[in-house]
Formats: sequence, C-alpha cells, structure tokens
Amino acid sequence: MSPTRSEFFQGVRDSLPIVAAAAPFGMLFGALAVDNGLSVGEAVLMSATVFAGASQMVGLEMFGAKIAPWIIILSVFAVNFRHVLYSAALGRRIGRFAGWQKLIAFFFLTDPQYAASEARADKKFPLTMAWYMGMALPVYTLWVLEGWIGAVFGSLITDPGALGIDFLLPIYFLGLVLGFRTRSNWLPVVIASGLGSILAFYTVGSPWHVSLGALAGVLVAVLMPPRSADADEVGA
Amino acid sequence: MTGLYLGVPVNVWIIIGAALVTYAARLGGHLVLSRFKRIPPRVDAALNAVPAAVLTTLVAPAAVTGGPAEALTLAICLVIGFRLPMMAMFCIGWVLIVALRAAGL
Repeated sequence: MSPTRSEFFQGVRDSLPIVAAAAPFGMLFGALAVDNGLSVGEAVLMSATVFAGASQMVGLEMFGAKIAPWIIILSVFAVNFRHVLYSAALGRRIGRFAGWQKLIAFFFLTDPQYAASEARADKKFPLTMAWYMGMALPVYTLWVLEGWIGAVFGSLITDPGALGIDFLLPIYFLGLVLGFRTRSNWLPVVIASGLGSILAFYTVGSPWHVSLGALAGVLVAVLMPPRSADADEVGA
Repeated sequence: MTGLYLGVPVNVWIIIGAALVTYAARLGGHLVLSRFKRIPPRVDAALNAVPAAVLTTLVAPAAVTGGPAEALTLAICLVIGFRLPMMAMFCIGWVLIVALRAAGL
C-alpha cells in the first residue's frame, strides 16, 4: 500500500470511535429537527453545511421558537466561536498542506477532528492531508446520513431521555477533556474553565458560557509562568 | 419559521448563514494567526490550553444543571476516566445514566 493510502486508512481507523460516538447525535439531530419544524431536506442541508453538532442543536431550539434569523445565526456563531481557537491551533500543525487543501481541511474541523489531530501530532506522527481526510470523510458522510435517517425515522424515538441519549454528549466531551491531561497547566485550565462556564451559564446565559468559560481557562494558561515554553516547543 | 425570502424558505437562508459563520470561525483563527512569523511563548501556552478549556465548558454546566443522576454519572465517569480508555468510560457512563434515571434519581 502506498504511504498516502496507508495514511488515509489510518485516519479511517482513528475515526471509528468518533463515528460510533456521533451516531446517536446525528440521528437525534435529524429527529429533533423535524420535530422543530424543519423539513427532512432542510435537516440534511444543515448537517451537510454546518457540520457542528452542538450548534446545530442550539439552532434547532430557536427554529422552534419565533426568533429573528440573525439572532439564530449569531447564536450558532457563539457556540462555534471555539473553532477560531481550534483553527489557530491547528494552523501550526498543517504547514505542509497546500493552500487549497487548507481551505478544505478547515471545513471539516469539528471538535473530535481537532482533538484527534492534536493527539496524532502529540504522538509525533506527521499530520498529512491523507490522514486528515481519512479521519474526516467517514465522520462527515455518516453525520449527514444519520441526520437523514433521524429525520425520517425520528418519530420512533418517543423518549430519548429514558435511553440517556440526551446526556451522551457531556459524557463524550468529558472523555475528550481527560485525554488532554498530560499537557502542562491541564488541571488549573480545566478548573478555571469549569468554574468560569458555570458562572457564565448562570449570569450571562447560554450559549455564551462556552466562549467565556474557555476564555477563563486560556487566560489561566497565559498567566501561568511560561516554564515549559522552550522545553516543548516541538511537540506541545 | 415559515415563509419565503427571494423565493427560498427563510429556514434555508438561516441554515446558509449558520454554515457561513461556522466556516468563517474554522478558517478565521488560522488566517489571523498565520500573520505571526514566530509564535510568542504565551500565545503558544494559550493555544495549548484551548482544547481542554473549551471542552470543559461543554461538560461543567451539564454536571450542575441536571439532576442527581446526571451529576453522579459525570462524577463516576471522571474517576474511572483516569484509569479506563475513552470508549470504556463512555459505555459505562451510558449504562449509568440510563440506570440512575430508571431508578428515579
């Protein structure tokens, strides 16, 4: 197998846990979308073009209410503002990508895509376009397909709460947080973000607790003594 | 929301707008940062903190705004997550939330 094909299939293999973890949410999104007044086609369009689960869910809640379009779009942006940070961080890893490859790669920059890319870079593997797309395409294809399946068959899930489906996302994100625990400043950052997001949730309100809480954690990292800045310049 | 704007459903316009701001966020961070020739240490430290910082904000409010079943599930997952692989923790967490809710917590 050529190195490029091998890289691609390593990406596919790395994507499997994420495909499995995202499946219930992809279908739940489709089901809730129809429940909130979107057509099946609109639900699929949203999964295919926005491709960001949490923000799609937030958007859905607002489609259901009679809220001005620009407020819905602004809320989606607020939930997805964290991708500005992912983008800036990932930009350091994909220097070898061609310009047009970067334009494509950033479209697929979801939470797990970012986490997996950082994890691969941490293990000192080269981050290639082949691996990146091997990771991204199964997640994307199935996400869109699941949205469609969920929209068509969503009425069959009568009680998502009893199946625990509504709570899988926090459990999954908790696992991702723990995956970064070997990084410097991990514990103070997590504590600051956790407290900051809870405080913002009760004062400013959702969805701004995401951006504000993250800002608290990042600020702590900036204010900590930069002892490791030289030491882990290569792999941090 | 129903109705048309320029012959296209308003919902579709909202979805297109949401897609554009999302792509702008995903591309924008890199476009701004690539202006730096060399990344200052504190900027580097900030970027390294990003994933844990952001992902924590998606978990913490869920731990305090749900009921005892939700809080207990996350607490147990936090403990076992230090020892078990991600997927094992995820599956145990799924069983826990279903069981604890069924138990009426």
